[in-house]
Formats: sequence, structure tokens, C-alpha cells
Amino acid sequence: MPTPRLDVAALVTDPATRIIVCCGSGGVGKTTLAAALGLRAAESGRRVVTLTIDPAKRLAQSLGLSELDNTPRKVAGIKGKSGGELHAMMLDMKRTFDEIVEAHASPAKAAQILANPFYQSLSSSFAGTQEYMAMEKLGQLRRSDRWDLIVVDTPPSRSALDFLDAPRRLGRFLDGRFIRMLLVPAKAGTRGYAKVMQAGLGLVTGTMTKLLGTQLLTEVQTFVSAMDTMFGGLRERAESTATLLREPGTAFVVVAAPEPDALREASYFVERLNEEHMPLAGVVMNRVHVSRVSAINEGRATATAEALETQVPDGEKPADPDNGLTAGILRTHAQRMHEQATDQGLIAGFALAHPKVHSASVPAFAVDVHDLAGLRDLAATLCEPEG
Amino acid sequence: MSREAAARDRDWEGVRLHVVTGKGGTGKTNVAAALALALAAGGRRTLLVECEGRQGLARLFDAPPLPYAERRIAVAADGGMVYGLAIDPEEALLEYLDLYYHLGRAGRALRRLGAIDFATTIAPGVRDVLLTGKAYEATRRRISSRASRTAAVPPNATDPDAYVYDAVVMDAPPTGRVARFLNVNSEVAGLARVGPVNKQAESIMRLIRSAQTVVHVVTLLEEMPVQETLDGIDELRALDLPVGGIIVNRTHQPLLSASDLKTAAGGRLDVAAISRVLKTVGLQADDATATALCDEATEHAQQIGIERRLRNRLKAAGTPVYQLPELAGLDIGRLYVMAAELARQGAA
Repeated sequence: MPTPRLDVAALVTDPATRIIVCCGSGGVGKTTLAAALGLRAAESGRRVVTLTIDPAKRLAQSLGLSELDNTPRKVAGIKGKSGGELHAMMLDMKRTFDEIVEAHASPAKAAQILANPFYQSLSSSFAGTQEYMAMEKLGQLRRSDRWDLIVVDTPPSRSALDFLDAPRRLGRFLDGRFIRMLLVPAKAGTRGYAKVMQAGLGLVTGTMTKLLGTQLLTEVQTFVSAMDTMFGGLRERAESTATLLREPGTAFVVVAAPEPDALREASYFVERLNEEHMPLAGVVMNRVHVSRVSAINEGRATATAEALETQVPDGEKPADPDNGLTAGILRTHAQRMHEQATDQGLIAGFALAHPKVHSASVPAFAVDVHDLAGLRDLAATLCEPEG
Repeated sequence: MSREAAARDRDWEGVRLHVVTGKGGTGKTNVAAALALALAAGGRRTLLVECEGRQGLARLFDAPPLPYAERRIAVAADGGMVYGLAIDPEEALLEYLDLYYHLGRAGRALRRLGAIDFATTIAPGVRDVLLTGKAYEATRRRISSRASRTAAVPPNATDPDAYVYDAVVMDAPPTGRVARFLNVNSEVAGLARVGPVNKQAESIMRLIRSAQTVVHVVTLLEEMPVQETLDGIDELRALDLPVGGIIVNRTHQPLLSASDLKTAAGGRLDVAAISRVLKTVGLQADDATATALCDEATEHAQQIGIERRLRNRLKAAGTPVYQLPELAGLDIGRLYVMAAELARQGAA
């Protein structure tokens, strides 16, 4: 039972589409697909930037660039309508964080924050920061209004959900009592805290000191109090980016492959996006095995291959020298038919579970996509399906 | 069988903590489970640790969701047992506080104030510290230790100094994050320069950098996973973290002879000859059909060629490469086939 078709060509060329967020589990070809969508849009005459959040520099590879940094780099070799441009960038989370600090705090305060050891590890090395900074960068790109379209490739798997959750989590953290407690010791002399709070505070700081040592706790407190002035701004920005993601100009594209794990994740994303009222454009089913010779089914191909392999020479007439090769070709076809049937079964199950979700599919390529020509072909098969 | 197994050539003799990483979609969790089964074969006990909160292990072994407790999840070949644990960072933190600091009440207060939430979801690195810390604790746990009272200990255990688990297998974060994940404790040790956290972080790093730990990387024979595997290995080596084997999952068998593969890969198959042979066995294939069949064979040959080239790149990384064939079906039996294959190749 086919689901409605996702018209990818219309989606990427529609001037109303301003942000496309590609999400899905790792290994389904999300990054490559994001780049292909970006290229397609650029070659239709739009100014496009693709932002990848993945630390593995995968987008760089598929665009044939050796390195990407926090600045959009123009991709050479774009064809098609004039005026179209494709730029690519990879998130540098530390630099993004530094820029926020510099933009929101006085120079003296900014210097203090940037030099804080706790801040330095927070901004550069730990998991979690990435998602906040990705939201921030997306917001910055959108607000700059330099781009007709921004294509975002989210981090793989579950952390992609952190991407959705980032503003809310940041809000919960900033409104939390815990952060206010951390702020208290640095603001010595502040009055107005209830006795209960004081007792709780003593317990908490006592415990923290015991665990972490005074020096680290002091660093954390200094950091939090230095950041205090800019927290409001941070949250405001995170919230406005979250709003942006719910607007009609945004389209979420869930990327999946016909594999049980990838489809389970895709279902999760589809449900989650619907729950959150996020604008889901549809699902792209990547790497689908298809055969153009479906008339010869798997069983027949295998049986014929066996017949050829076991054929006894007929009297003086020797066996055809091409029997072995033909048998091999039939076995290849049988395998392809098997994969096609497996994939179709999985896709049908997904379609039954999500009958209203639009979808499009890309056949499995024998050769990996790693240049612009490959990306162009990928976009073409997605936008102009045969038949 | 067990004597045979003991005499067999094993590549990771003496290793007690096997960290399994891999790019998403490579089958990392399945391989980790197969490795735990292989390591448990012959009456041994292994603990399989999941740390991404996805309940992938329960699904894999067709078991109800795992609580934050060590449970038997599978019987291994020849009397072994695999235990499973899904680490919940919040529970792990409370357990840690209670175990080492007896902070029952303070722990609850911390939770009420949102500090536990802060520590496990927002504060940098704490989550990774807790996950690696739990793996460390399980790897080092002995029959006599306090934590053993609640966990899996064989009823006939006599030697109180023996380890509870012969090996711990950790289904770790993906390749792009694993070096940072494992190195988190040295970051923490650098931040908290004194106190118990510092001490704990340093002991965890000592175990991770010791000959008792290896990091295996799971990959497919595709361009990007292979590139990430090689990058990941470089990153691990740069941080002085112990690199284990490369486990190539879902490899394809060539269906054509070597010379036919060459012809097919070059797109030089004789369509007319194929069409003629098909007719002799009663398959009326017109030119278009024969051409399409040849195209499929060409794609197959190209794929086999790519796989061979990528395999050679992996072999140049200077660490053992194991190969697991593409297996049909999704049942638990598949894991045992993979486990046997890993054992045969010396990975366990």
C-alpha cells in the first residue's frame, strides 16, 4: 500500500521553504542526502547553506572538501540556473560558544568566562554542548537572512532528539533551583533566601565540595555567576530558534533505510515530530534494493542457475562455455530479488504504521556518492523517480 | 570443548574490558552481544553493558526492558552465561554517591533540587564519567566486594578474590564520539585536581589505558564507515587509548568467478551470449532483460571490488581484522552464529 509521494523537487525549490532539517539514525546516508538536497536547491537558483553538526567531517567528504569550519564555504562547481550558490559549513561548537559569550558579555566579563577552566572543557570537549550550539548556529544563519534555504544535518540517532529538546532543557536548567544555589556563594551578601533553602544549600555545597574539591567548585561557581548576566539572552535565542523550527518555512525530512533498526528510529522521529507539532515534510527511504527484471523471480533464478551448474554435456556437444557465468549472473539476480522483497516488506510495514506520511525513495547505489556529480545523480533519482 | 577453547589462539588474552564502538547502522550492538556470547563460552561469565538508554539489548535478546540491574540475558555455548545491564546515569550517580559516600539523604536532596538532573543531563561530561565509572566498577568487582551482594555471583563461588565477571563488554557510543567518551576521565582528573572524584577518575583512566582494556571498532565495507573507522583509530591512538580489532560486519560473498568479476566490473559482459545460454534452459530473455541482468552483475562486481579495496585499507591499520558475513533473519540464533565466527577467527 503506497503512501502519498513526497515531492522533493517542489520542496527544495519552493521559495517558502527556508529550513530543511534532516534527521534519522546513523548510517542511513543523512549527511549525503542533506548535501544532495542543498545542491539541488542551489542548482535551481537558490542561495543555499548546508550545516553539518556531525564531528566526523562527513559532509566535507561528500562535497570533496578537505575541511570545513564555522564559516560557510562556497562550494565550487555548481551548475544550473544563475544566481544559485551552495555553501557548506561544519559546526565548530567551541567557536560558536565563544562568539555567544563575546556578544552577550562585557569585554572584561567575556575574558573572565573564556579563561575559566570549567568553561573551556564545557565548550570544547563534552557531549551535549553540540546540540545547543547547533540550535544557536541555525538561529544565527536564519536571522542573518543571507540564505534562501538552510539545510541542516542533525547529529546521529538519539542525540538528534536533544537537538529538539535543547531549548526546553536549557530553560529548565536556567529556571531550576540548582543554578540559583550555585549562584549564591559567589553573590555573598545577597539576602532573602529562606532558611530551608539555606539548609539545603549547605547540604548541597557541602556534598559538592566533598566530591569535587573546593577548587573545582569555585571554578564552577565563578563560571555560573559570570554567565548569569547572559543566561537570559541565551534562553531567548534558544526559544526563538525553537519557534523557528515550528514555523511553516521549516520542513523536517526523516531519513531512513529499509533496515529494522533504522525504521524503528524513523517511526520514533515521525511520532515525536507529530507530537511536538513540528512540520514533517515526509520520509526519504534511502538505499532501497530494486531490480529492473522482476519478471524473473528469486526462485526461478536460483533454480535456473542450479540447472546450468549441474548440466551434463549432451553427447558429443560440449557444455556452453558461458554456462558458469550465466549461472553466476542468475545468482546475483536471485540475491537482488531477495533483497528487494525484504526491503519492500519492511517498507510496507512502515507505510501501514504511518499511512499519512509522505515518502520518497532512493535506490541503493553500487558505488558510494563522494562528489558533486554523485550528489546531483542522487538528487535526480529522488526528485524524478522513473515511471 | 572447553579445553580446546582454552588452547585456541586468542588475540585478546588478558583483556577484561572490551569496548565496542562503530558508526551508526553498522550493527555495533549486535556485534557487542555476539562478542559477549563468544567470551562467555565454556562456563565463563560476561557482562554486556548498554549505555545509550535505547534498550537495544533487551530487544536483541527478546527480553523485557532491562532495569538498572544486572540480569541474566542469554546462555552461552558450553555452559557460559551472559548478563545484561542498561546503565541509567541518574541511578548510577545515586548508587555511586551511596556506595562511596553513604549519601542516602543528601542524594535524595540533590535529586529534589534538580542537581541530579543537572549532573546527568546538562553538566558536561558527568554522564560519560558515570557510564565509564560503572563499567570500571563491574570490571574490577570481586566476589568479596560490597557491590557483589546485589549482583550476579555464582552460588558455588569459593575464591573471594576472583572477579565476578570474566569479561565486560560495553556497547559504547559511536566511533565519532568514543575517544572523547573514554578520555572523559582524564579531562575530569585535570579539572578536579584533588578529592575523591579526582582519585576515581584517575583509577578509571588507569584501567582504560591498561592491557586489560581494548576498543574494538565495528564497520561495514562502505566508504564512510571505513573512513570513520580509520579516523577513530587514529584518534584513539593519539590519546593513548588501546585499539582492539576491527570487526567488519555484513560482508558479501562474490557470486561470480574472479575472471567473471573482472569482466563484469568493467561492464564488458557479452549480453548475446548470456541471452543464448538462458534460452537453452528455457528462459526467454529479450535483449532488454539480458542487459538488465548483466547490469545487476556489473553492480555486484563493482561492490565486491569496492569491498576488497576497503578491506585492504582496513588491514593496513595494523590491527586484527575480523569478518562477519551478511546473515539472513533477525532471530537470536544469528547472534550465536556471529559469536562462533568471532571465536573461530580468534577475537574471543
